[in-house]
Amino acid sequence: MDNESTAVVFEDFSFKYDAQSEPTLKNINLTVRRGEKIILAGPSGCGKSTLANCINGLVPFSYKGEMTGSVRIFGRQTSEMSIAELSRYVGTVLQDSDNQFIGLTVGEDISFAMENDCVDQDTMKARALNAAGEVGVADHILYSPQELSGGQKQRVSIAGVLVDEVPILLFDEPLANLDPATGKSAMVLIEKIRREKNAAVIIIEHRLEDALYCGADRIVLMNDGRITADLPPNEMLCSSYLNINRIREPLYITALKYAGVELKPEMKVSSVREIELCGEDKAKVVRWMESVPAPEKKPERETIVSLRNVSFTYATGKKALSDVSLDIKKGEMLSLVGKNGAGKSTLAKVICGFEDSTEGSILISGRDASEMSIKERAMHIGYVMQNPNSMLSKTMIADEVAWGLIARGMSKEQASKRSEEMLKVCGLYEYRNWPVGALSYGQKKRVTIASILVYDPEMIILDEPTAGQDLGHYTEIMEFLKDVNSRGVTILMITHDMHLMLEYCERSVVLLDGRIIADDKPENILTDRDIIEKAALKETSLYELAIKCGIDDAGGFVGTFINDDRRKRGHE
Amino acid sequence: MKKTPVVTIVAVGIGAALFFVLSRFVAIPSPVPNTNISIQYGFLSFMAVLFGPVAAALMAFIGHALSDFSFGWGVWWSWVIASGVAGCVMGFAAKKVNLADGKFGGKEIVTFNVVQVIAHLVAWLAVAPVLDILIYAEPANKVFVQGLTAGVANIVTTAIVGTLLCFAYAKSRPAKGSLKKEN
Amino acid sequence: MNNFFNYIDRPSPVHSLTGATKLTCLVLWTFAAMTTFDTRYLGFLIVLGIIAFAVSKIRFSDIRGTLLFTMGFMMLSAIMLFIFSPEHGVEIYGTRNVICDLPGKYALTKEQLFYQLNVILKYFASMPVVILFVSTTQPSEFAASLNRIGISYRIAYSVSIALRYIPDITKEYREISKANQARGIEMDSRKISLMSRLKNAAAIIFPLIMSSMDRIEIIANAMELRRFGEKPKRTWYSARPFRAGDYICMLLCACLLGITVILIKINGSRYYNPFV
Repeated sequence: MDNESTAVVFEDFSFKYDAQSEPTLKNINLTVRRGEKIILAGPSGCGKSTLANCINGLVPFSYKGEMTGSVRIFGRQTSEMSIAELSRYVGTVLQDSDNQFIGLTVGEDISFAMENDCVDQDTMKARALNAAGEVGVADHILYSPQELSGGQKQRVSIAGVLVDEVPILLFDEPLANLDPATGKSAMVLIEKIRREKNAAVIIIEHRLEDALYCGADRIVLMNDGRITADLPPNEMLCSSYLNINRIREPLYITALKYAGVELKPEMKVSSVREIELCGEDKAKVVRWMESVPAPEKKPERETIVSLRNVSFTYATGKKALSDVSLDIKKGEMLSLVGKNGAGKSTLAKVICGFEDSTEGSILISGRDASEMSIKERAMHIGYVMQNPNSMLSKTMIADEVAWGLIARGMSKEQASKRSEEMLKVCGLYEYRNWPVGALSYGQKKRVTIASILVYDPEMIILDEPTAGQDLGHYTEIMEFLKDVNSRGVTILMITHDMHLMLEYCERSVVLLDGRIIADDKPENILTDRDIIEKAALKETSLYELAIKCGIDDAGGFVGTFINDDRRKRGHE
Repeated sequence: MKKTPVVTIVAVGIGAALFFVLSRFVAIPSPVPNTNISIQYGFLSFMAVLFGPVAAALMAFIGHALSDFSFGWGVWWSWVIASGVAGCVMGFAAKKVNLADGKFGGKEIVTFNVVQVIAHLVAWLAVAPVLDILIYAEPANKVFVQGLTAGVANIVTTAIVGTLLCFAYAKSRPAKGSLKKEN
Repeated sequence: MNNFFNYIDRPSPVHSLTGATKLTCLVLWTFAAMTTFDTRYLGFLIVLGIIAFAVSKIRFSDIRGTLLFTMGFMMLSAIMLFIFSPEHGVEIYGTRNVICDLPGKYALTKEQLFYQLNVILKYFASMPVVILFVSTTQPSEFAASLNRIGISYRIAYSVSIALRYIPDITKEYREISKANQARGIEMDSRKISLMSRLKNAAAIIFPLIMSSMDRIEIIANAMELRRFGEKPKRTWYSARPFRAGDYICMLLCACLLGITVILIKINGSRYYNPFV
């Protein structure tokens, strides 16, 4: 029977949306107690968001459907409560911090729930300021959302549910839109709140390594509407459940497995800082490092884009780029990293001609870019926006890809022939007559890339190509890009994802306040404490593993991992 | 999409914001020199079909008023009200056309366009000029010619843009089991 | 901040009035100015507007752009008015004093000139309050003000949402339109036919609309999860209490509308007629 510390109980619970023929949740049994932190992971579409919505009441009050079994919050059936009543127990922080931030200023947004409760203004202001202080945004109480970074907006959202003193906190993919350092401090904040309020914390997140930064009591895996595993982190990481359910395991775990180290729960494997490795294990890691052959060096190739002392200032007077010089070589796959507002997107826009640089010169394939229109530049450099939905205008896939060609004056027959070829190359040919709405995120992304590749550009720039994607979609998109790259197209990616940097890039350019502060191999950047701190990156756990094993050349160790990993994945 | 009272309130707000953005920043030159086409009415007709008369009237009224405010020189209330009336009348198409189900064929296209033509005629040939005369004491022939010009332009824009938007939205909602991979 | 509405943050007595007061005054004042055609009274309102401006510490340079734009619009409107109804003044005032004959059936009359002068004065009489309202009212106080003057809080909140998301949607629109421009898809060029312009425009704004649909759903969820709409009333974080100044200003503006009504009674119509 439930007692007062039992926060959430699912018992033989199933749920089917009215619009769907199959149930989304099947036979769920789950208990979460006060003070517990659980991480709920699973591939997209596994039902984890629906599960969260069953806790906060959006199901069944906003999204109708049929349920069997029971969900209880502190012993009460949710179906007998209202969504408003439930919100006094469950605080939800949505993934999309822009759309959760409804108020025109920080203070208003934090107070939103209190306004709805008709709390008087003085009490409201005091409580809002207090909550803002708890999450560290008290100095920004008068700021508008447009003046805040993604991390700050998320903190405002957290403060907005803290004013209710809720005993259950639900976080939907809190790390998806944050740079690595901000993600780390978000996890620290969540842990602090859990301890102070003795709250039950449920975090939906597939970036397991980052989510485990402050530890967790259990990891719950879901797949296809069912809970497939529910174990403490140490046991989970030693099992094969993560691989079966397509969840990425922490990098140091992968490295240890490559080195042939046998992992056991009692080694405290869930944290790279606490993991206990015996002398034999460490020796295995060192031997593995020595056994992996170095990759062949790629020959030096011609420069296709060259920036010299480029600066850019917005009309508002905000200086976004200063004195940027950069050479991009043909066939490179490189990443552009740095915290929000460092100038990454501005740099991409300046290269594409969406914004005109105020100083300096840009050469594209040897031509002065200032003489080229946006349209002309696009023949050389294609730009792919972060959200594929922003770029899909046509209802049919084939039309979408052919559209730009027709607009550029190509005949309909020629354009459709050319776009068909492109669809074949991109593995989309069999879907050519599908409406865009029927595709998955990864497929949509491929359509937008295909609609850029039809112009046969030398280079494409992608803004956050994999943000918020699970391992399956991530791999689909990145392997596709690798394939495009192998056909000679240079690829520049703006990213926060350090896995992406390590796994796919041979070079990373780091921006800070509009300046380039590093331009090196990713393994060297992610083991350089100084750059990591300045650029709000997070050092890779491989670095700590190297130190633990007494390896001095941490950069070399990470390099080894990358080589071996690429080799092994290549053979899959 | 789900349907709750809060959704309608938000739709009014976001609809008004889009109406504002489209009327302020989208510049499509019209055949008459130095004038732009009001694409926002094409958008409004689409939202009206999805959210009904009350929501559409409010989003047009708020969006138009905010746009006038942001120009800074005063709100031309008679036309702001006329926009609201246009949205309201367009909203009656919502009863006959159900976009959420993905149906927007010949019958729906005709219904949609008949309703939008009526909406624009009521708004620009009755409401706007009559209010202009009542509130601002403008001469009748001037306001009716202005109304006629705006009305015709808006009818054409809505017929093209509104119909295309409805069509694209309906298409984006795939009917189940209808998709097969082709080789 | 939200610079589409040109809020100017510079403390002044006008800034310290509540938004609700300013909104009420705006409505009363504009109705007073729109209804009357009494030249003397319009002149009085203009002087009053200029005084309000001085009090609000808004500088001429802050509003020059707006002012120039308005002048242009007014000129155009005045010409239109003359072309369509050259005898409207004659109809109103009942006399016909021709100054000079013009080509065709047109003639310049004193009555027409006087009528058009009044129209221009009306612009100048109602413009100051609108500019003052826009530049001295914080957007975040606006929704609270609407609710205060009796509009349902649900509709007031719709307005707040519109103000909140206009900057975000504008940014998104600009990005989408640039990305399409790069693909060679245009809608602002006279080089392509009107039909293609409209078709391209529909295609370009379609993604913006689809993402707005997602936005609507997420925002609605966020609001429901924080109990929006549960109670028949709500309080506002940014509402401000009424002070003596607020009541005085509202009373003053009510008097302005009252004077308009009285003048209509005295003049026998909305017009002040110097020709009889």
